[in-house]
Amino acid sequence: MLKLTLNGQKVALDVDPNMPLLYALRDIQQLTGTKFGCGAGLCGACTVHLDGESIRSCITPISVVEGKAVTTIEGLGVASDELHPVQQAWLENSVPQCGYCQAGQMMSAAALLAKNTNPSDEEINNHMQGNICRCGTYPRIKKAIKQAGVMIQDVNQAKPATGKKGVQA
Amino acid sequence: MSPLIEQPATKSLLAETALTEQLSTAPSATTDGANATTDHIAPDIKKVTRRSLLQALGLSGAGLVLFSPLHAMAQSPASHNQIAQSSSADQDFDLGVFVSIAKNDEVRIVNHRAEMGQGIMTSVPQIIADELGASWPKVTVVQAQGDPKYGSQATGGSASIRQHFNDHRQMGAIARTMLEQAAASVWQVSVSDVSTKNHQVIHRKTQKALSFGELAELAAQLPVPDKGAVALKDPKDFTLIGRDVKLAGQEAIIKGEAVYAQDIQLPNMLIASIERPPVVGAKVKSFNADATKKVKGVIAVIPLKDRPLPVNVKPVSGVAVLATNTWAAHEGRKQLTVEWDTSNARVNQNAQHHTEQYLKELVEKVNHKGRRVRTEGNTDSHVYNEANTVEATYTIPYHHHMSMETPSATAVVKDNVCTVWTGTQNPQWAKKLIAEELGIDPQAVTVNMTLMGGAFGRKGKNDFTVEAVELAKAVGRPVKVVWTREDDVKHGFYHSISANYCKAEINKDRADHWVQRVAYPPIGAIFDLNAKSPSNSALSLGFADIPFELEHLSCETQDVETHVRVGWFRAVANINNAFALGSFVDELAVKAKVPTHTMWLNLLGKDRIINPAKEGFKEWDNYGHKKQEYALDSRRMKKIIQLLMKQSKADSPTAKNEGWGMSYAHSFNSYVAAATKVRVVDDKLTVLEMHTAIDCGVAVTPDRVKSQMEGAMIMGLSTALMSEITVKDGVVEQSNFHDYPSARINQCPSLFVHILDSDAAPGGVGEPGFPPILPSITNAIFHASGKRIRNLPVNKVLSV
Repeated sequence: MLKLTLNGQKVALDVDPNMPLLYALRDIQQLTGTKFGCGAGLCGACTVHLDGESIRSCITPISVVEGKAVTTIEGLGVASDELHPVQQAWLENSVPQCGYCQAGQMMSAAALLAKNTNPSDEEINNHMQGNICRCGTYPRIKKAIKQAGVMIQDVNQAKPATGKKGVQA
Repeated sequence: MSPLIEQPATKSLLAETALTEQLSTAPSATTDGANATTDHIAPDIKKVTRRSLLQALGLSGAGLVLFSPLHAMAQSPASHNQIAQSSSADQDFDLGVFVSIAKNDEVRIVNHRAEMGQGIMTSVPQIIADELGASWPKVTVVQAQGDPKYGSQATGGSASIRQHFNDHRQMGAIARTMLEQAAASVWQVSVSDVSTKNHQVIHRKTQKALSFGELAELAAQLPVPDKGAVALKDPKDFTLIGRDVKLAGQEAIIKGEAVYAQDIQLPNMLIASIERPPVVGAKVKSFNADATKKVKGVIAVIPLKDRPLPVNVKPVSGVAVLATNTWAAHEGRKQLTVEWDTSNARVNQNAQHHTEQYLKELVEKVNHKGRRVRTEGNTDSHVYNEANTVEATYTIPYHHHMSMETPSATAVVKDNVCTVWTGTQNPQWAKKLIAEELGIDPQAVTVNMTLMGGAFGRKGKNDFTVEAVELAKAVGRPVKVVWTREDDVKHGFYHSISANYCKAEINKDRADHWVQRVAYPPIGAIFDLNAKSPSNSALSLGFADIPFELEHLSCETQDVETHVRVGWFRAVANINNAFALGSFVDELAVKAKVPTHTMWLNLLGKDRIINPAKEGFKEWDNYGHKKQEYALDSRRMKKIIQLLMKQSKADSPTAKNEGWGMSYAHSFNSYVAAATKVRVVDDKLTVLEMHTAIDCGVAVTPDRVKSQMEGAMIMGLSTALMSEITVKDGVVEQSNFHDYPSARINQCPSLFVHILDSDAAPGGVGEPGFPPILPSITNAIFHASGKRIRNLPVNKVLSV
C-alpha cells in the first residue's frame, strides 16, 4: 500500500508504483477534476500541487509522491465550500470557455501566487507558459491572476497578527 | 444580475439529464410506475420516486426523478447531495418541450445544443427565458440528451443562434402563452388583458398577479400551442437577450466538478486504448497480444471490425486493449504488435501520400485553368498590363483541431438497448450511427451529452462514440474509449491542405480582371471516393461568393484525390480562402500605393445587396439562409472595416521594424474585420497587439461573443505562425504538442474586441472571428519587414 496525503486526507492506494499520479487520481480516487491533455508534460492540463509546488501528474509516477502531500483542484479551496482567491478571480472574469484546461491553469496560478502575490506580466508568462489553453483564455487568465494576487494580499494583511495562516496555495 | 443557476455540468449531470428527459415527455406521469418513454431509455436507468431515492441516500425530499444506479453508484457522497439539491423543487410541470416549472417558481430550461466552450448552454436558455418572461436567478439550465424532438442539435456551422434564434424564442413564447392562458382562466378574463413580466403573469386592469409557480400545474394541463401561433416579443422589450447574464457552468468548471466525456465512471467499466492503422483504410493483418495480456489490469484484447472505404465518420479498425484502468490500457497497448494490410489499391495510394509533393501538385493545378464555378464578364481575352498586375499563390498545410480534451465516449450495450455518454457536437447523428451499428431502433439508443473540452469541428464526427459501442457490445461490459494525444493527432479529420491562386490588374486605386482558383481535398471525399472538388456550399465559404464589384471575374477549381480523413475545422474553407483573399488585397494595395483598408472599401464598391446567385454563381449557398435579413450587405462590410480602423488606429504610423496588417472576412452571416501589429527584428517575430471588430447582428450574450473573438485570435496565431500536419508514406508525422504546437500565454499579445451594436438578425459567432486573423498577421509581417509570407506556417521563415 502506498500512502500519501491527498487534499488533506491520508489515503492508502493499492496500485502499481509506476502508475502516473494522474490515473491514480482519476481512475482510482475518482477525482476527475484533474485532466489528461497530453500524457507527456507538455500542456499542463494535469497540474496538481506536490507539497505546494505545481507538478505534471501525467508524468509523475505515484511512487514519487509517497509520504507527500498532493493537492488537486478539488482541494484547492481554503476551506470546504470556500473558493480559493484564484477560483474567485476566475469566476469574476468568466475565464473558462470549454473549461477543460482550467483546473491545471488554476493550480499553476495558485502555486505562483503562493510565492509572489504581485507577479509582473513577464513572471506570469514564465510561470504559466507550460499550461496550454486551446480556447484562448490567456488574456483573462493574466487579468485573473493579478486580481487574485490582490485578493490574497488583502487577506494576508487582514490577518497578520493573529498568527493564523494566510491564504496558501 | 445575480441569478442562481444550478450548474448542469456537475456530477449530477446524468441524473439531471434523465430527469429532464422524463419530465419533458411524460407530463402526466405519476411518481410510480413506468411509462413508454422510460422503458426504452436504457435497462440500467430506472424510474424511482425521488422520495425512495433520497430515503435510500439518507436524505429527504419528494418528487420524481429518473435515476441511473450505474452512474450514481460511482459517485461520491457529494454528488448525491447535488442530486438532492437539483431535485429539491416540488414536482415540475412541462410547458412544451423546453420548459418546465415547479410550484416553488423554479424554471428549468433545456439546453439542447452541444457545449464546447462557446457558451451555448447559457445563450439558448437565455433566449427562451427572455421570451418566457422568466427571472434569470430562478432559472436552472438542464442539458438535453440527443433526441429529434428538440429539432436540430447538430452544433456546428455557428448555427445554434443564427439559424434557430426564432425557434428558441418560440419555445419560450409557447410556455409564456400557456401561463397567460392559465392566469386568464383563473381570473375569468381575456388572455389579451394579461401580461407576463419578471416571473409573474399580471392582469393589467387590476394589477392582480400570479407567479409562474402558482400557475404551473394549471398551465401544464393546457394543450401546447402551435409554435407558429404564439406571439413573439418586440425586441425593444428584451430583458435578457443582449445582456451579460450569469453564465451557466462556470462554477462547476472552476471547482473541478464539470463532467466531460473522459470523466464518466461506471461500475464494472473497462477503459479501451486502441491501436489504429497508420494509413487510412489499412486493415489488421495480424497481431500479437501475448505481452499485452501479461500487463496487470488488462482484461481483453479485441480487434475492431474492418471498415470499408470510404471512411465516412466511422471507426477506422484497429486493435483495442481493454483494462480496468486507463494506465493499464495504455501500457498494455505499448506491448502490442500489429501487422497492417495495405494491399487494397486505394489504401496503397494512401500509403504513398506525401504532403511535400502533394502541395506542389496543388500549386501546379491552381496555376492552370480549372473548372469554372463563377464567371462575370470575360477574363480570357484580356491582355494584362504586367506592370499593374499582381499574381500570387497561397498555401496552407493540413491542420488539426487539437482540442484539449481528446476524443472519448462511454457505452453500455445490453439486450439490444444502448446508452452512451459522449462529447459530441452531433448527438442525433451519433444515435443514428449507433442504431445502424447495432441493427436496432434509434429509439433504443440513449445519447447523453457531456461537456466537451474543446471540439472545433472534430467532435461532429462520432467515430470514437461508435468505437465505444462496438467494444461494449463485444466485451459485454461498459466501455470507455479514451484517445491518447498521439491517437488524436495521428487520426484526426484534418482541415484540408490547400492552394489558392489570385490574379488581378490594378486600375487606379482598385482592381479588376480578377481570376482566382482553389484546390484542396474536399470533405465530400470521406463519404464518396469519387468526390474530387469542393461542393457548391464549400465554394460559398469565402471563395465564389467574393463580394467585390468586378466587371470581369473567373472563379475556378480543380479536381484532386484525397488520401487522409479531412473534415470540418472551425470556419472550414473560409480559413484558406480568407487567407488568400486577405493577403491578395494587401498585395494589391501595396501595388496601388493605397492603404489596405482603402483597397478593401474600393473593391467592395457602392452600397448594395450582393447576390452572387445573380452574378454568375447560381449555386451560391448563403450558409443555408435564403431570408432577406441575412442578405450580403456591402454597407455592413464597409462599416465593420471602418469600425476596426477607428478603434485599432491601425493606419497610424509605427516605429521602425513594426507594422500593422488588417483584413476582413464575411462568414456564417457575420462580418468581421481584424488588425494585428507586429515587430520583426533579425527574423524574430513578436505579435504586439490584435483587434477584432464584429457585426454579428444581435449579440445575445455579449461576453461570450467577446470570448469567442479572443479565442479566434489565439487560434489564428497558432494556425498562422506555428502549426502544421505533414504526411509521409501516408502516415501523419506529428504526435503531440511538441511538434504540433499551440500558442502559449507568453506568445499572447494584447487583445481587443469591438462588437458593433446592432439589432440585425443574429449571425454566427464561434467561427467568423477566425478567418481574417491569418492574413492580418502575415500582412503585418510584410508591413513591418517587407517579407511577404504566402505559405503557412510563418515559422518556416521567421522565428516565432
